[in-house]
This record gives sequence, C-alpha cells and structure tokens, in this order.
Amino acid sequence: MAEKFDVIVVGAGVAGLSAAYVMAKEGLNVIVIEKGKYPGSKNVMGGVLYRHMMEEIIPEFWKEAPLERPIVEQNFWLLGKESVAKTGYKGMEWSKPPYNNFTVFRGKFDQWFSKKCVEAGALIVNETVVKECIVENNKVVGVRTDRPDGDIYADVVVLADGVNSLLGKSLGFHKEWRKDQVALAVMEELKLPSDKIEERFNLDKGMGATIEMFGDGTLGMVGTAFIYTNKEHISIGCGALLSQMSERNVKPYELLEYIKQHPVIKPLIAGSEASEYYAHLIPEGGYNSIPKLVGDGVLVIGDAAQFVNGIHREGSNLGMTSGRFAAETIIHAKKQGKFNEQTLSHYQELLKESYVMKDLKKYKNASTTMEENPQFFNHYIPAANKVMSEMFTVDGVSKREKQKLAIKHMAGGKSILSMGMDGFKIWRAMK
Amino acid sequence: MEGDEIMEDTKVKVNIDDKLYLNTYNVDTLSHLAIKDQKICENCKEKTCTFICPARVYECKDGYVTVGYEGCLECGACRIACSHDNIDWNFPRGGFGIQFRLA
Repeated sequence: MAEKFDVIVVGAGVAGLSAAYVMAKEGLNVIVIEKGKYPGSKNVMGGVLYRHMMEEIIPEFWKEAPLERPIVEQNFWLLGKESVAKTGYKGMEWSKPPYNNFTVFRGKFDQWFSKKCVEAGALIVNETVVKECIVENNKVVGVRTDRPDGDIYADVVVLADGVNSLLGKSLGFHKEWRKDQVALAVMEELKLPSDKIEERFNLDKGMGATIEMFGDGTLGMVGTAFIYTNKEHISIGCGALLSQMSERNVKPYELLEYIKQHPVIKPLIAGSEASEYYAHLIPEGGYNSIPKLVGDGVLVIGDAAQFVNGIHREGSNLGMTSGRFAAETIIHAKKQGKFNEQTLSHYQELLKESYVMKDLKKYKNASTTMEENPQFFNHYIPAANKVMSEMFTVDGVSKREKQKLAIKHMAGGKSILSMGMDGFKIWRAMK
Repeated sequence: MEGDEIMEDTKVKVNIDDKLYLNTYNVDTLSHLAIKDQKICENCKEKTCTFICPARVYECKDGYVTVGYEGCLECGACRIACSHDNIDWNFPRGGFGIQFRLA
C-alpha cells in the first residue's frame, strides 16, 4: 500500500516551503518532494528576498536565517555605451529592524527554511523527481516519482515545481510557454572581500546595495542587467526575453561578459574572482500568462503560476504569498473534508484580493508594450544619456542652446506628437 | 533592430568551459536531454539551441546536433527556444545534475 499524506508539495523553493511550513504548523501531514541533493541546490534567484512576506510565514526570521546583506540603497541605471544616467534611493530606515529586504544565497537560505519546515512537522524528501501526477476520475490523487515503488498519495498536490512546471503542462494547465513569456537570465557570483564591497558601493559595514540597469546592459533588449551586493560576493547578471535573445542570436554568456567589461561596471568588480555561474528562466509573461491555478485535488503556486512582477523585480515574495494562500485554502478544505476544484478555488479569491493579482494586473501589458516599442530601450535610454552629457558638459554653448539640443536628442528625429504618443503608451502600460 | 546580430560588434569572446568549471555537478551516466529527430535539425536554419543555451550544451557538427548534457544548468531555455519543438527535455534523475552552492 502506497503512503498517503494530507498534502504533497512538489518543489522545495520558497513558494513550496512557505506552503509546507504553514500547513505543517497547523498539524497537516505534509511531504515536500525536491529533485536536488538539498533544497536550494537547483534554485536560482537574483538575490533579493523581501522581509514583509517572509515574516508572514516566520516572524522575525531575520534573527536566525542565513542572510547576506540588508539592502539600504536601490539604484536604477539607464546604461549607455560608455555612460550611465543614474537614479536611486538610499534610506537608513532600511538599515535597522525590521528591514525592507535582504540579499540571500538560496543555496543556504532554502536549506535553513526546509529545516524550519521539518521542525514544524513536514517531511522533506530530496533527490527525488516527480515524473507525473496520478489522476483518477479527473482528480489529482498523488504523484509518481522516479524512485522504485515511488507512488505517493494525498488529498491535495501543490505544484511548486518552478518556471518549467512540466507537471502543470502535463495536466493541461498551460501550454508550453511562448518565447516572449519567459526571460533567460544568466548570473555569476564574484568573490570580493567585504571591506572592498563596502568601499566601492559606499556602504556601512554589513549593509547592501542593488543596481538594476536598463539599456545597454541588455543591448537594448527588453530586460535588465543587475548587480547585488552579498557579504563577500557580488551577484552580477542579465536577463532578457527569450524571444528577443533568440531573434538576435545572443549568446547569453557573451552578454554577461559584455556587461562585466562595460567601462561603467568594470571598476566595481575589478580584482574579483568568479565563484559560480548560473542560468535560469524567469516567468515574465505576467497577468495574461497565468495558467489554470486550481483543479480537483491540485493547486499551482510560485514561478509555476508565472507569479513574477518583472517591472519591480519581485518574485520570491509572490511565491511566498501564493504558498501561504494555498496552505490556508487547504487547511480550510481539510476542515470541510472537500478537496474539489470549487473548494480549492478559495485560493484564487485570496490571490485576487492581494497585491499578487493587483500588481500583476496593473502591469499586464507592460512587457508586450516594451517588446512592441523597442524605442523605449533603443532610443530613449541612449538619448537620456546624451541629454545628461549635454547638460553637464561646460563648453561655452549657452544654456538656452543646450536646452534645444537636449530636446533634439530626446526627439531623435521624431515629432513632438510621436514623442507624446510614446509617453502615452508607456503611461498606459504602467498606470 | 529585429534579426540584427547585436553582439557582433561587441567583440566579446568567452570560453564557456571556464564558467562551467566553476560549478559542481553530479553527472549521471544517462542524458536527461535528447534531440527528438535529427532530420529536423538538418533542415533547421536557425539552430537556436547552439547559441541560446547558456552552457553551450548543443553543438552542430556537419548538420548533426550533439548534446553535451553534462554541463546543463537545467534552465529550460533550449526547449522553449527551439522553434521545431525538437528537444526532449527532462530534469536529471533525483540528486543528479547541477548542484548550486550559492545564488
């Protein structure tokens, strides 16, 4: 007789672990199945973990969890070929409890989080791949793993199997993702002594900074390049829509190397040594790409549900919140003893009322608008650099003349009307 | 810009092995990746897999696409990027494949 649990969670990322923790705390019999040697060994994240949503799972986790640096400064760069126009914010309110967000290494954090789940009563099984869901009378009743006699049964299966979600696809919850529904990101960890990091990024001891770069960091493709500070490593990476990378014959590792050699970035990472190299898909399809989320005996959470807010580089928090909502739904369903689609659809209600769906809906056309209007990345970002250069270069040209030149650079041969249209388009996509 | 090879004038050259050597793998004896039909690759103009894969798993030799699954970073890009849906993509067996330490 195969084992039967209350709940099977497939995947020990932050979404799956959040769901498992909340349910185990409530006394449900939970098993988490992870394909890696340990939780985190397959998980890749730029590195920013949001305190608020994690505290909704484990209050004051930051007192004991393995974290890298609290972020006190967030920068947004418009990168030109040999220049950058910068904006950002540094706030000391983020340097003390309860903090805003942290850089973390998922290889370490997820192991810690899974230990907390075990303490709460969940069972974590590593080195096991779920090959398919077991479906009986259109109801998901368990999973088939790649272990001998590896069938496991449960009232509910939570799919937290990440962006590729082969399980969601096999259930018909989504078709294969289109190339414009995912971004391909590559990243490296570069080792550098902590005092060097603090010097170069103008940070107090132990504090961290982030930089998101638009424009030349992705050679004008829709996406971002990024730099995050860890204790003794700098995360540097870039990601762009898979559709645009494919069309333009971009080798992702060459793009990464291009960024590392960019004259504005090079001094920040000089003398560092690469420790590890990563690649990952980011579900960037947004609101319009959300798959079917609920079926009889099954729920989909986290990246598998396309819960990423690419505009604000948020993802792990949406994963945690969706995991918590799935858990609350299942706890409720358990009390009723019903695990059908109708009962479990309470999950969708919770999502709809929260920032998860509200934010995804707000930006539902952002990615498409930017892909269809390459001028935002290819024209306006280089133009902004030219304008800044013009305004700050003192060369005897009168300020009125400079102002005219600035407008000319910004227009780049476009009429005022077409500039206005572009402004309207971006406003409509972001409003 | 569409269709332009935007990396061409950047003159960046990368030895991918230098990057993959940084990583820890528990390599399986069996490949978790396979080309479904080599004939489709023979007639494929784009050969997207040969440049889009961040680990350069796929190489084309005389029209035949080889699969160096050992260096795979398990991102899934090849499967989605292949316009002919010609890559049979699975996760490595439990415990095998890439083992990230940091990130």
